[in-house]
Amino acid sequence: MRAADEQEHAVSTTQPAGEHLLDVRGLTKHFPIRHGIVFQRQIGAVHAVDGIDFTVAAGQSLGLVGESGCGKSTTGRLVTRLLKPTAGRVVFDGEDITHTPENRMKEARRNLQMIFQDPYSSLNPRHTVGTIVETPMRLNGINPPQGHKKRAQELLETVGLSPEHYNRYPNEFSGGQRQRIGIARALALRPKLIVADEPVSALDVSIQAQIVNLLQDLQREFGIAFVFIAHDLAVVRHFCERVAVMYLGKIVEVADRRTLYTGPRHPYTHALLSAVPEADPDGTRRRERIRLAGDVPSPVDPPSGCRFRTRCWKAQERCAREEPPLVRLAGSTDGHLTACHFPEEPSVAAREEDIVLDPALSASGDSESTSS
Amino acid sequence: MLRYLIRRLLAAAAILLVITVITFVIFFALPSDPALLACGKTCSPSRLAEIKHSLGLDQSFLTQFWEFFKGLLAGRDFGDQSVRVHCGAPCLGISFQTDTPVLSTLLGDFPADLSLGLGAAVFFLILGVGLGTLAAVRRGRAADKAAVGLALLGVSVQIYFVGLLLLYLFVDKWQILPASGYTPITQDPSAWFQGLILPWATLVIVYLALYTRLTRSSMLEVFAEDYMRTARAKGLSAVKVVLKHGLRAAITPIITIFGMDVGSLIGGSAVITESVFGINGIGKLAVDSVQNSDLPVILGTTLFTATFVVLANVVVDVVYGLVDPRVRLA
Amino acid sequence: MSLLTSPQPADADPAAAPFLDVRDLRVHFPTEDGIVKSVDGVSFSLEKGSTLGIVGESGSGKSVTSLALLGLHKGTRAQVSGEIRLEGRELVSLPEHDMRALRGRTVSMIFQDPLSALHPYFTVGAQIAEGYRVHHRVSKKEARDRAVEMLKRVGIPQPERRARDYPHQFSGGMRQRAMIAMALVCDPELLIADEPTTALDVTVQAQILDLIRDLQEEFGSAVVLITHDLGVVADIADDILVMYGGRRIEYGTVHDVLKEPQHPYTWGLLESMPQITGDVERRLNPIAGSPPSLINPPGGCAFHPRCTYKGWVPGGRCATDRPELLPVPGTGRHLAACHLTPETRTEIRGRTAAGAAQ
Repeated sequence: MRAADEQEHAVSTTQPAGEHLLDVRGLTKHFPIRHGIVFQRQIGAVHAVDGIDFTVAAGQSLGLVGESGCGKSTTGRLVTRLLKPTAGRVVFDGEDITHTPENRMKEARRNLQMIFQDPYSSLNPRHTVGTIVETPMRLNGINPPQGHKKRAQELLETVGLSPEHYNRYPNEFSGGQRQRIGIARALALRPKLIVADEPVSALDVSIQAQIVNLLQDLQREFGIAFVFIAHDLAVVRHFCERVAVMYLGKIVEVADRRTLYTGPRHPYTHALLSAVPEADPDGTRRRERIRLAGDVPSPVDPPSGCRFRTRCWKAQERCAREEPPLVRLAGSTDGHLTACHFPEEPSVAAREEDIVLDPALSASGDSESTSS
Repeated sequence: MLRYLIRRLLAAAAILLVITVITFVIFFALPSDPALLACGKTCSPSRLAEIKHSLGLDQSFLTQFWEFFKGLLAGRDFGDQSVRVHCGAPCLGISFQTDTPVLSTLLGDFPADLSLGLGAAVFFLILGVGLGTLAAVRRGRAADKAAVGLALLGVSVQIYFVGLLLLYLFVDKWQILPASGYTPITQDPSAWFQGLILPWATLVIVYLALYTRLTRSSMLEVFAEDYMRTARAKGLSAVKVVLKHGLRAAITPIITIFGMDVGSLIGGSAVITESVFGINGIGKLAVDSVQNSDLPVILGTTLFTATFVVLANVVVDVVYGLVDPRVRLA
Repeated sequence: MSLLTSPQPADADPAAAPFLDVRDLRVHFPTEDGIVKSVDGVSFSLEKGSTLGIVGESGSGKSVTSLALLGLHKGTRAQVSGEIRLEGRELVSLPEHDMRALRGRTVSMIFQDPLSALHPYFTVGAQIAEGYRVHHRVSKKEARDRAVEMLKRVGIPQPERRARDYPHQFSGGMRQRAMIAMALVCDPELLIADEPTTALDVTVQAQILDLIRDLQEEFGSAVVLITHDLGVVADIADDILVMYGGRRIEYGTVHDVLKEPQHPYTWGLLESMPQITGDVERRLNPIAGSPPSLINPPGGCAFHPRCTYKGWVPGGRCATDRPELLPVPGTGRHLAACHLTPETRTEIRGRTAAGAAQ
């Protein structure tokens, strides 16, 4: 349709490029590593996020997945300006907030909220639930017609708590309920975008679903856009229309959810998907089996060229030399971008032969359950 | 590692320089006049001026400091044409009171402090860690309560009280031990040992409390660690789990404090013990020098003690780096 | 009744007792607020060469059960009763000294967080060698060689060099491999893995799970895998025991429990968890409420306050009678503790399936 003015990095095939709520370009964060007692010298840097681009349209949700050290949480903190980027640009709601001074961030903060992973440490234990939920309104000078207290109680109801919880303290609540308080606080300012950093990973399985459902309801009801950061690929698939896979500070693949989970092109996405355990004893047999060797390399000294090449079964000399750009590959659908010189076939079905790079594992295809 | 050590030693030297300056400044801010003290009761102004000149006190603050500093690095000469005394580097000056080089006085008194401090430290470390471990293992039971009570008692008593009590009991009343004091070990090892038993005991009682409590709490923290459960899961005996896996981890924070204590003890901080038991150590020297406004000795003792504390700091950090593989010295 | 302790047919072969047979295990902790009944009457059995997955949420008693298998509650305030028979030998009443001879040699354990479970001040090689020397009269050199050999077996590159490294110098996955090497150094017959992959990334988790399975095949040991993740058990276990509030609520083969779940809690776990395949439009069906108190557990079925289907049981029995763990008709080895009749269960499952399809 609007293919002509469609940018390569566009978040969705149905959204024109100009209407992005969040537009991130070349975002980079290096944490310096210092040494010394009095005079600290910088001896290196953790390349937490290393030049990533993505966009999120209003009301949409983008998932960021990847393993530890991939930079997904740092990305979330950069977007909400809890961290200052080393380089790159964050445009939110048409305003470049990359270098906005703290005192002028108010307006953006109001529309840009964050939900944290740990519901135990992200709430001040000395404040009542009411104070916690009201504080963002007061700080931003928002005076709802029904009054702060009434509004806070409404919010508590919205997130599935009781208005009577208003005067209680966070330690009286379970993990799932605390996460609800955190969500009520984020909702208090009617934000346009919520960055949710592992919002359910500290919770028990049965509670996770409650929170995921709540976030989905809020998204639909209030049209809030989400950047949903999680390591759990199934949760991300459930929540996000569009998913970006990160590895060592880079986005290696991004696509709409169906494409990414059924027709990925990047070898790392294949490995990641194949590693997800399924609560279906027959499931693993249908899917390809890829077992990488070793762990993710250190982000202090990431590999040259393609960062995945040290664990990739397709790596060649070119991968060490040239960093593959994140582009639409031949045969990929619109909006499906992959950073790979030697992409895989877009299928996750079981292969003729398993790819087992781990020297300790037998390559024989006896991966299925022995229940029968 | 070597670079780390060099950097640490340079930093230590800088700290010592700052301490020297501060001591100098404080001395000059004080109202007392050492020349007046040296001059005696029948003091004529001309005699006073003479003494001031011979002590170098008629010179400006900066000149005096510079002279001192030069002496420290290159040695200096004292006196006038008639009597010239050379004081080799590192020269801490010559006592106003006794006209002897400060350094030789310090070195003469040092073995007493070394014997007192190191000896006591060995005892209170072993006993404290032992008692603390026992208390932790028997947590909440009689042995624990006894150890904790003992520790509390130790913290609350004063050195002069314990020292004088011990002297009264062991020397005067029961006459088990000879009058305490310091005899060089080279002269008579048995007298050295007997003379130091009570001073050691006094220091041990006071420090033991601290080490028992430290070890106990450090041990209890370690007991809650997952790796202690792993050690049991391997099939190790309870004794081995506590003494090998537990103590190895629990002792590390104690080393830091121990190093600092030993450093300041042998540097002359056991003043009260010295004076109770009549041991001529650096602590006593320091007290006397302040009473006599003897600037070179004040400076000398201050620097000497500071050197030990600062060096102990460096040693502690290096040792820490050796015992805790997670600490990287660079 | 061995029927209630094992999903195996009761009359299979009375002469051969199972390798591991746990009966009516209870672990209670006296506290100031009352007795915490962490494990309250759990039974299961396991043969060599097979894997049992114990599944439950936090507080379900799964980890406390695993520590009881190693006798690690001995000498603590915990009150342990019931029977744990390992090759016919009863472990609950076994004195600490005799239990110690079994720990690490016959029964060994892989812990959840390898960074905190390994001693920070000893090298990895020394820690593995120590485990070997506890049970074997060998020289330090021989134990060291054994440690290096084990590190090599679990896929640690340059094992000679890595044996001299400390745990903090290992990455998370390599650390868990070292932990596995330590657990397997004496060829244990029973290996307990308590959330062995929870602290790990997903690609590393897949490597570690495959490694555990490979090693089990090689050594023929029995494995008890404790996890909250149904995906992990589906991947690796033969039988599944679902625990809730310190008790068993469903027990059977992986296929039976995951394909034909019988207990509403198991349904809840499965429906509340998004899948990597399947319909993304299907709404998750969470279990309402939160896990039960272990000091004052709900009367009757411990799950009834959170159960959507208690209304289907006539007479409010769910709140008063504790359901027995009974075989599911038509299966020999699938047990569930629920008052719902088989017909009602079929009806409910038909409805939810229809609901999901819409």
